[in-house]
Amino acid sequence: MDNKNNEILLEARDLCKYFPARDFFGRKKAEVKAVDHINLAIRKGETFGLVGESGCGKSTLGRTLIRMYDPTSGSILFKDQDITGLKGKQLLPVHKQMQIIFQDPYSSLDPHHNVREILKESLTAVSGLSTDEMDGRMEEILKKVGLKPDDMYKYAYEFSGGQRQRIGIARALLVEPEFLLCDEPISALDVSIQAQVVNLLEDLQKEMGLTYLFVAHDLSMVRHISTRIGVMYLGRLVEIADSDELYENPLHPYTKALLSAIPLADPRLAAQSKRVMLSGELPSPMNVPAGCHFHTRCMYAREECKNRIPEMMEVSPNHFVACPYAGENNS
Amino acid sequence: MKKETKNKDKSIRIDSVKLALKHDKAAVISLIFLSIIILFALLAPFLPMEPNATDIANRLKEPSLTHWFGTDEVGRDYFARVIYGGRVSLIVAFLAMLTSLTIGVAAGTIAGLTGGIVDMILMRIVDILHSIPWMVLVTVVSIFLKPGIQSIILVIGLFTWMEIARLVRAETLSLKEREFILYAGFSGVSKWKIIISHIIPSVFPTIIVAATTSMADAIMTESSLSFLGVGIQQPMSSWGSLLQNAQGTMQNSFHMALIPGLLIIITIFAFNKLGNLLRVYVEPKVMSGEKE
Amino acid sequence: MEETLKKKDKILSAADIRTTFHTHGRTVQAVRGVSLYVESGEILAVVGESGSGKSVLMKSVMGLMPDNAEVKADELTFAGQDMLAMDPEQLRKMRGKEMAMIFQDPMTALNPLKTIGSHLMEVLKRHRGMDKEAARKEAVAVLNQVGIPSPEKRLGQYPHEFSGGMRQRVLIAMALCCRPKLLIADEPTTALDVTIQAQILDLLKSLQEETGMSIILITHDLGVVASLSHRIAVMYGGLLMEEGTTEEIFYSPKHPYTRALLHAVPKPRSGGKERLEPIPGMAPSLINPPSGCPFAERCKFACEDCRKEIPQFRTYSETQRALCIYSGEELDHKEGEVESHG
Repeated sequence: MDNKNNEILLEARDLCKYFPARDFFGRKKAEVKAVDHINLAIRKGETFGLVGESGCGKSTLGRTLIRMYDPTSGSILFKDQDITGLKGKQLLPVHKQMQIIFQDPYSSLDPHHNVREILKESLTAVSGLSTDEMDGRMEEILKKVGLKPDDMYKYAYEFSGGQRQRIGIARALLVEPEFLLCDEPISALDVSIQAQVVNLLEDLQKEMGLTYLFVAHDLSMVRHISTRIGVMYLGRLVEIADSDELYENPLHPYTKALLSAIPLADPRLAAQSKRVMLSGELPSPMNVPAGCHFHTRCMYAREECKNRIPEMMEVSPNHFVACPYAGENNS
Repeated sequence: MKKETKNKDKSIRIDSVKLALKHDKAAVISLIFLSIIILFALLAPFLPMEPNATDIANRLKEPSLTHWFGTDEVGRDYFARVIYGGRVSLIVAFLAMLTSLTIGVAAGTIAGLTGGIVDMILMRIVDILHSIPWMVLVTVVSIFLKPGIQSIILVIGLFTWMEIARLVRAETLSLKEREFILYAGFSGVSKWKIIISHIIPSVFPTIIVAATTSMADAIMTESSLSFLGVGIQQPMSSWGSLLQNAQGTMQNSFHMALIPGLLIIITIFAFNKLGNLLRVYVEPKVMSGEKE
Repeated sequence: MEETLKKKDKILSAADIRTTFHTHGRTVQAVRGVSLYVESGEILAVVGESGSGKSVLMKSVMGLMPDNAEVKADELTFAGQDMLAMDPEQLRKMRGKEMAMIFQDPMTALNPLKTIGSHLMEVLKRHRGMDKEAARKEAVAVLNQVGIPSPEKRLGQYPHEFSGGMRQRVLIAMALCCRPKLLIADEPTTALDVTIQAQILDLLKSLQEETGMSIILITHDLGVVASLSHRIAVMYGGLLMEEGTTEEIFYSPKHPYTRALLHAVPKPRSGGKERLEPIPGMAPSLINPPSGCPFAERCKFACEDCRKEIPQFRTYSETQRALCIYSGEELDHKEGEVESHG
């Protein structure tokens, strides 16, 4: 990128996060390459959707980006500032601007604390607030997420799953962040409640000018909420495009298979759609195939795919694919 | 609203305990027994009796209306001695339990939350202490310390915290992965505060149950030490030392050995029963077994 | 007795099933009078959110409820046999042989210490009286049928050596061993990734076509059933809210809850960008269920009468009926009014 783009809020350059896998004697046996040389730029005000199957590293990528996890190598830039090397207390101002909401509304809230204590905790790093100011801010944010100020003195178990997720959102937004990592925020909720939470997230984004990284495996919800989408497979990004472009014109063979597997809530449409079935099983993340990670299950795989790691290429404006044969496979 | 839900939760717990009590007569008796013993121990100084008053004229008397449990070899009222002995046994056990609980919880949470080298060192200490037959260890250490109530509390406390530390560490390890702890760290909450405000409340049920078992163990250890003569020293007495004294007069007054012996056994049994009941209270699932 | 819709070849027919639990002195009314039928050779989807009673209903039919549950029914007929008249021994035999059930988490149904082969062969020996050699051959054939590659080798492996999708296939294979007339699948794909989910759903569909058995698919996801089921039963708050063919449910839903459910997910046709219409509030408690329609609290059309008593079914076609005091047309009209008033 030669022209300086002020729009970019968060950027990953060649980012890696490996987890050591140890054997019985505690020796390092192998590495799980959860995030493997990822390049990614998230623009201010957008919702970037990150999809992929379980174990593809999408949550790890998100958590590494907000520096909840320490990256193994590569760099992370937030508002043009390199935050890769920050440690301990240095991270607090960064965490104030990048927040997270979790998947499980049960394990993300301490059952022994009431809402006020839960919310107060995220203000730990914000100094110089009097108790009254804190309470004021908490009341305001509770109203914003659709809860009542009286709810402050209730405990998490007194709320339903959807309401707990609202508390989680309130906790994240209390410090007025610019960036919010939504780590599968609706997967644990009932269908009728999912829409409540998604609409709330959309409203809050408009109101507060937030940027979202929306990690999910429900592909129709991701399309609904995202402006751009990245598809991950075994630690690598295989395709990035605007959300409509990705769904209408998927280029990577894995994206095609993934999208065609979405169960469509429309029987006639479902009957028309052709499924691209994947053969074989997802390889173990401890022992990923060489070359293109996807070649073991790809119906277009060639000899070269086994050796060469495919580069991300921009095939049309804003549409990136990590498959050199993406264009040819369409025919 | 808040009260209601909390009360409902509480009533489920109380219901489970009631159910457990209904099926377990021994538990009911244990609770009554413990209440009486503790009451006597607390009220002993206000009762009209004197455990150390000797009466050479009335030595080794059989139980009678004036001396319910008879008198000992220097004519002291054995009932009063048993009550005061129980007071000492319970105080020693309680303070030893507190000591061992404090060390165990601190070591367990710090090891679990910090991980790495701290965890390794703490857990190796636990392993080492565990691998030495503790009765031998405790006896040897007590010989070197000045005998007395403080040393015995300290000795029991210092060498019985390992099991609690292991339990608490295991729970801390699984809690550490929970997202509310992850988030607390992310928000800049200090490790110390995470332990105090998140981990200890979550492991509290385990701590409570461990406390009752630890109490029972401490009574046993104190009695054994006193029986061996390295525990409570004259003129103070505990159930263990009473048992030891009774050795000399076994042939004539068997009841002098029988009474403290039985009290030790029943009290230990009762504390274990109490532990079971508390487990039902803190985890109602243990009894009811099914979910909705 | 409830008016039944269509007298055809029914494999399962149940009238007014009521299941209650007693825990901690409280009564949970999980299923509050549900009548439903399954035709032979059809896939019926039972759709509902958590707490709707869909799983409890099927477990009640299968006799899998714990001791603290009480199951009552006016009629329960399976393949022409009156299950209410059978003694427990007969029931157990029939349920073991002619009905089979698979669950969301296959690991809980498999013994981690036994090989896949011994799981399968045990069922074959017990229910079909095969000897070891025949059972082995049949086990290989069944594994082949559910699409497990190199079944000979896989027979000697343990459950932990299988992925989630493969385990679900093993479970389906175990169910097929008895050649059941009815297979009940309780959220079989909820724990699986979307590509594996598609594989399992395809497998269920092709097995149904091959063997002619009936399948009841319990799920919370309307998308999963759209391409698979013949008919759909929608449950909420322990009651059957609407039933109809898949076409009827998706393209002319009558019950406000069914409609709301369809509006709460992104619509695949339009690219899914329009704003979602969430259903406000939350599901009712089954401990003290409301005396009226359980959906009334969240329904934008609800009136006073809805809260008084549970409405009667309205029949719309041979196959479709809905539990609402308003007819589909009345609701269409009301919907127009709501929108024009803003």
